[in-house]
Amino acid sequence: MWELIKANQRRSVVLFVLMGIILIALGFVFGFVFDPKGTGGGAIIGIIIALLVWFIMSLVAVTSGSAIMLSASNAKEVTQDVHPQLFNVVDEMRIAAGMSKMPKVYIINTDAPNAFATGMSPDKAAVAVTAGLLARLNRDELQGVMAHEMSHVINRDVKFMTIAGVMLGSIVIISEIFLRSMIFGGGNRSSSKEGNGQAQAIIMIIALVFAILAPILAQLLYFSISRKREYLADASAVRLTRYPEGLASALEKISNSNIDMPMANKVTAPMYICNPLKKKGMKMADLSSTHPPISERIRILRAMAGGAGLANYQSAYSQVKGNAAKIIPGGELKLTEDIGIRMGIASEVLDNKTTARSSNDIMMKVDNYAFINCDCGMKLKVPSNYEGNEIMCPRCGTRHGV
Amino acid sequence: MSTLGIALLVILGVIVLLIFMVIGIYNSLITLRNQVKNAWAQIDVQLKRRHDLIPNLIETVKGYMTHERQTFEAITKARSNAMSATTVAEKGQAEGILSGMMGRLQVAVEAYPELKANQNFLALQEELTSTENKISYSRQSYNDQVLFYNNKKQVFPSNIIAGMFNFADETFFEIQDQAEKAVPKVSFS
Repeated sequence: MWELIKANQRRSVVLFVLMGIILIALGFVFGFVFDPKGTGGGAIIGIIIALLVWFIMSLVAVTSGSAIMLSASNAKEVTQDVHPQLFNVVDEMRIAAGMSKMPKVYIINTDAPNAFATGMSPDKAAVAVTAGLLARLNRDELQGVMAHEMSHVINRDVKFMTIAGVMLGSIVIISEIFLRSMIFGGGNRSSSKEGNGQAQAIIMIIALVFAILAPILAQLLYFSISRKREYLADASAVRLTRYPEGLASALEKISNSNIDMPMANKVTAPMYICNPLKKKGMKMADLSSTHPPISERIRILRAMAGGAGLANYQSAYSQVKGNAAKIIPGGELKLTEDIGIRMGIASEVLDNKTTARSSNDIMMKVDNYAFINCDCGMKLKVPSNYEGNEIMCPRCGTRHGV
Repeated sequence: MSTLGIALLVILGVIVLLIFMVIGIYNSLITLRNQVKNAWAQIDVQLKRRHDLIPNLIETVKGYMTHERQTFEAITKARSNAMSATTVAEKGQAEGILSGMMGRLQVAVEAYPELKANQNFLALQEELTSTENKISYSRQSYNDQVLFYNNKKQVFPSNIIAGMFNFADETFFEIQDQAEKAVPKVSFS
């Protein structure tokens, strides 16, 4: 496990350096073009402005990134009695991963099945799942999803995604400002000086091209590593649960749903287990997607035979993808582990009606509805802002205390 | 300074270095042993939880499963055996027998559909499943710790220090699951 975290950190450093170079270069070009005197002093100011934007954004992300993510997605922290099984499953994964503190558990009131984890370190971890996910998945599937999410925290993917996301955000913002001021204001220099108009036009064109390309380049970098980390989290999840089929069939159920998640946006999308914005119909799926294709992830999981170790995942990956690309860092593969696959728990197949009803029930529980079982078989659901001491059952007329 | 003085200083330096090395190895052995104990405490918590759940479960299902009195008696006996076991090996064996019986009870439950509509039973079953899972996950991490510790104890030079201060080997926690053993091996060759 430690080898994995270290290798992740090494990869992160390479990415940060590359993104940092793009950021500084952008600041340089920006300052250079808008330099009033043409002495080159503006370029340095441009770099300083770029770094300042980045610094302020990182400060916000590091100190309150988790809170922003959770509130942006309308997640509510819940207690064990709202969904005991969810808490049990999270606790099981905490034990399997050797984490010392139980993560905070949040539920998002939407019928779209999805989940994410936040937290810069395992001690500050929080997991969030949607009501639709809880209603659709059986125990083994839920365990697979939670294992995947907690692996993101343990592998320090959340930390990485936050920092890289902020860098990407800064690059996008700066080039946006640059492009807009080019369109509306034009360069200062073009009007104040004459003579070297041709050289200036060339500089302008280079700057424009750079401002357009920089965010795209940064995004491709960000997404390529984001995809790799999804595979890694899948591998770690199987190692924790020792049951690849659980995660595989959970992914299948999630991908079969076509409900949109209104609370997710481009920035928060990479944090989810499956891309919440899949309905936009993107064609460039291979390059610009934050997640690898689900069907491929499922095929890899189902190809795992003989064990639930990281090495087993690697060989299944090579077999499905037909190439020898390394998903698991070499150091981790050298450790020979012999982790068997456990048996699954039998569960009933739920129809759409039952799923919809239990999804609704979970949302009501999250909103502190009181549940009263009437003797006639009716289940009364009372909202928390109900005023009055008793309520009448609409079917049999029995009065119940609230 | 004479050559004798220098030689003395060198010897003194080597001795100090050796002392620091011994202290370092001793401390890391202690840390590893504590981790083993800590991991064991985790298992113990879960085992205790299982023992607490069993009387509740039997109380709930007794009314429905009238033909399973013998099973209940056997489980109660296995439970008290498991609770009185002291060493790691003893516990492993007793818990294995208990696990096997609980598995058989879970299968027997399938024949009583009205039981599966009982909310109380369903909640208990979830708790029991979770506890079984926690036992097996904490066992895995305990055995990992034992492996680390035993390895460290056996390799040079820490084996010398371990021998000097009488560090004992720790035992792996193996639950002999009857059900697991009964699964037939399938071969396609």
